[in-house]
Amino acid sequence: MTAPPTNNGRETPFVVQLDSFSGPLDLLLHLIREQEVDIYDIPVASIADQFLEAIDALGLNEAADYLEMAAQLLRIKIQLLLPRPFDEEGWEDPRAELVRRLLEYEQVREVADWLAQRSSEHAGRFPRGWFAEPPELPPRPVAVSLEELLVAVEELIESLPEPVLHRVVPRPLDVEGATKRIEGLLQELQELTLLDAIGEATSVADVLSVLIAVLELARVGRISLAQRKPFGSVTIRREPDRTAV
Amino acid sequence: MNQIVQLFEAAFFAAAHPLSLEDLGRLAPDSSAEEHAAALEELRRHYEEHRHGVELVEVGDGFQLLTRRDLAETITEAQIVHRPRKLSRAALETLAVVAYRQPVSRADIEEIRGVSVEGVLRSLLDREMIAVVGRAEGLGRPLLYGTTPQLLELLGIRSLDELPRLEELSVALRPPTETAELGET
Repeated sequence: MTAPPTNNGRETPFVVQLDSFSGPLDLLLHLIREQEVDIYDIPVASIADQFLEAIDALGLNEAADYLEMAAQLLRIKIQLLLPRPFDEEGWEDPRAELVRRLLEYEQVREVADWLAQRSSEHAGRFPRGWFAEPPELPPRPVAVSLEELLVAVEELIESLPEPVLHRVVPRPLDVEGATKRIEGLLQELQELTLLDAIGEATSVADVLSVLIAVLELARVGRISLAQRKPFGSVTIRREPDRTAV
Repeated sequence: MNQIVQLFEAAFFAAAHPLSLEDLGRLAPDSSAEEHAAALEELRRHYEEHRHGVELVEVGDGFQLLTRRDLAETITEAQIVHRPRKLSRAALETLAVVAYRQPVSRADIEEIRGVSVEGVLRSLLDREMIAVVGRAEGLGRPLLYGTTPQLLELLGIRSLDELPRLEELSVALRPPTETAELGET
């Protein structure tokens, strides 16, 4: 691949029209036929050189397949240069696999020719004119005036529900209310039980509110708590107001 | 022309693709297969004997009305109809490999043709000349391709048996024993 791709003034014995080759095997067969050499006895060295020259003029998009073949040809060329063992029994011609592929490909070409010939003959025998149903057309673009469009947009905007940014969940615990209630009760009574404080609370949230309020009041020293036995009734007693003392 | 022959002719006229004997049988379910075959033969002979411009041709596993071959050129030249687009060389070679080696994987086709065949395979699949017929065992479980009845229609043949046999090709692969006798450079 050292030869620059030039077409003028070179001793190229052939003009290669690369578009007309359907692959590296095709090109190789063409070269072999050009040189009128025996396919079973390919002069790999010269064919490899010509092959490289030919693919120099090739567009890169297709080159990979050709380059692979070029590499193979060079490998075979080198293998042929290596000394053979005296005992030629075990020697296998490095070209054998290539020859097999070339002949196989030649068959493919022949069948392809037959297919082309046959289909071209048959293409002249026309069936009834028949057209495939056109694929379903996309709906026509809607023709509307600007005014109609604006009205429609306005209607759409109006119909939109207010955007919900954040839903506030009502706080289930009402510690503040419970605190007030307990303080209110303690204004009138010297002491009361936890059950009194809970009163007729109906929900778990209410019970918890009272409980937290009681604990909080005890923490800040407004009330004192006493329980005489485990799981017994809790007595709530008002602590003397120290600020008042 | 009896009723069945008439029905068959109408069906051939209306159909886009070759009609099989089974298709034709549905037109006249009350009559026997022999009667169907006889009607078909009568219709075929009718076109032939009266030198009609069309003839009844066996294509794939069915029959089709086609214009006579000897009129092809005149019809095409007058631009009454357009010949279908010809298949590319790459497409023909790929079809050849698929036809003889099916079911065959993409890698096998590429090995034989020496080029990447991805694009060609896709276009042949689109044109329904080939179809995926299965998956190979082994690494990657590659898709396997085979030919379709559309290929028979394209070629106007009854079955793949009409393809040239490999022994009939001018290039026959020499048996492996002979490759050992290759000459020296």
